[in-house]
Amino acid sequence: MAFLQTHLPALLDGLRTTLQLTVGGALLAAALAAVAGLGRRSPRRLCRWPANVYVEVFRGTSALVQLFWFYFALPLFGVSLPALATGVLVLGLNSGAYGAEVVRSAIAAVPAGQWEAARALQLDERQALFRVILPQALPMMLPPAGNLLVELLKNTALVSLITLSELTFTAQVQRAATLETVPLFALTLAIYFAAAQVLLAGVRRLERHVTRHRRGRA
Amino acid sequence: MIWSWEYAFEVLPELLAAFAVTLEATLAGFALALVLGLVWAIARMAPLRWVSRTASAWIELVRSTPLLIQLYFLYYVLPEYGLTLSPLVIGVFALGMHYGCYTAEVYRAGIEAVPRGQWEAARALNLPRRAVWLRVVLPQAIPPTLPVLGNYLIAMFKDTPLLAAITVMEMLQTAKLIGAGSFRYLEPLTITGVVFLVVSLAASSAIRLLENRHAVRR
Repeated sequence: MAFLQTHLPALLDGLRTTLQLTVGGALLAAALAAVAGLGRRSPRRLCRWPANVYVEVFRGTSALVQLFWFYFALPLFGVSLPALATGVLVLGLNSGAYGAEVVRSAIAAVPAGQWEAARALQLDERQALFRVILPQALPMMLPPAGNLLVELLKNTALVSLITLSELTFTAQVQRAATLETVPLFALTLAIYFAAAQVLLAGVRRLERHVTRHRRGRA
Repeated sequence: MIWSWEYAFEVLPELLAAFAVTLEATLAGFALALVLGLVWAIARMAPLRWVSRTASAWIELVRSTPLLIQLYFLYYVLPEYGLTLSPLVIGVFALGMHYGCYTAEVYRAGIEAVPRGQWEAARALNLPRRAVWLRVVLPQAIPPTLPVLGNYLIAMFKDTPLLAAITVMEMLQTAKLIGAGSFRYLEPLTITGVVFLVVSLAASSAIRLLENRHAVRR
């Protein structure tokens, strides 16, 4: 009990920063994934190429290398961001690249007949995408998006290495102060585990929400 | 121009030497992950309830907590039990343990894809349990999983920079130290990123080749 009283408040404080990183990174990633995922399917080369380069570069390099690059090398170009902003930016860019593939493959999985039917009904490209294709693609995106969200949560631990005091960093500091390594890290692991379960439960709920019409109570 | 080619070529040999450590950690870690994954996958399908429950709880726990914390845990806890290992060995062990829980799921999918009739036929032929697994099920289950396993190999490769956190002198850590020594981070960090990008792009096209060959043979 005394152990929890000493350590839990600090760890929960760290958890708050971890969750800020997760939510900020996820929002940025969702926007980037949508833009790059659609961009990769564009018939225009000027849209397709930047999206392809973005996805390949951020999926092809290590998240930690990206983080260090943005933290150490970006200031040389005159851009100096605080650690939290760097963390959100890199986590968002990294997960967004993986998310773009989720968006792209979900859209590709909608049968071609749906596009043809939309065209036959005189819907323009935009209406076809937003009214016909995306509502069918979205439920397919959610399960892999949930996995990516957990990956994002796990990747926030990397930001501790650029000295932002999120959950992992806090655990390290407390360990150095008290040397109660085993219970401290076990508690930290449990907090991460619980946070991941909460996120997954949230995604499952969202999944039920977007597929509600399939169960006949639209 | 901030980028100096002269400096870049000066630091290149040291970085490439450190890349050897990165590769070593990747290959050794993956070999361990392949073995551990098979053990977990089979344990998870064990007829004994407590065995399969424990295995799935373990997989779930490891998969939803950050590798970095797991690394710290092993790094600080093992010496408390009198087990002093080099950081590289601990890193390899942590990578193998972490990714073993991912490969376990891949194997499981492969094993479940083996038609029931194969199990029944093996039992009808009175094959001993060992032979059912080694001679009938696994030879059919594993080849289709190779591309997916390959993707986890690439993912693990991109996670090896985390070993820098437990003082392993792999490529990223070397780049950071070079940067700290000369106050020039841009070149070493960019080279590190490019090496990761080139190797993972090459590896993913090799996997696509493997995938296609497998698809043709079917």
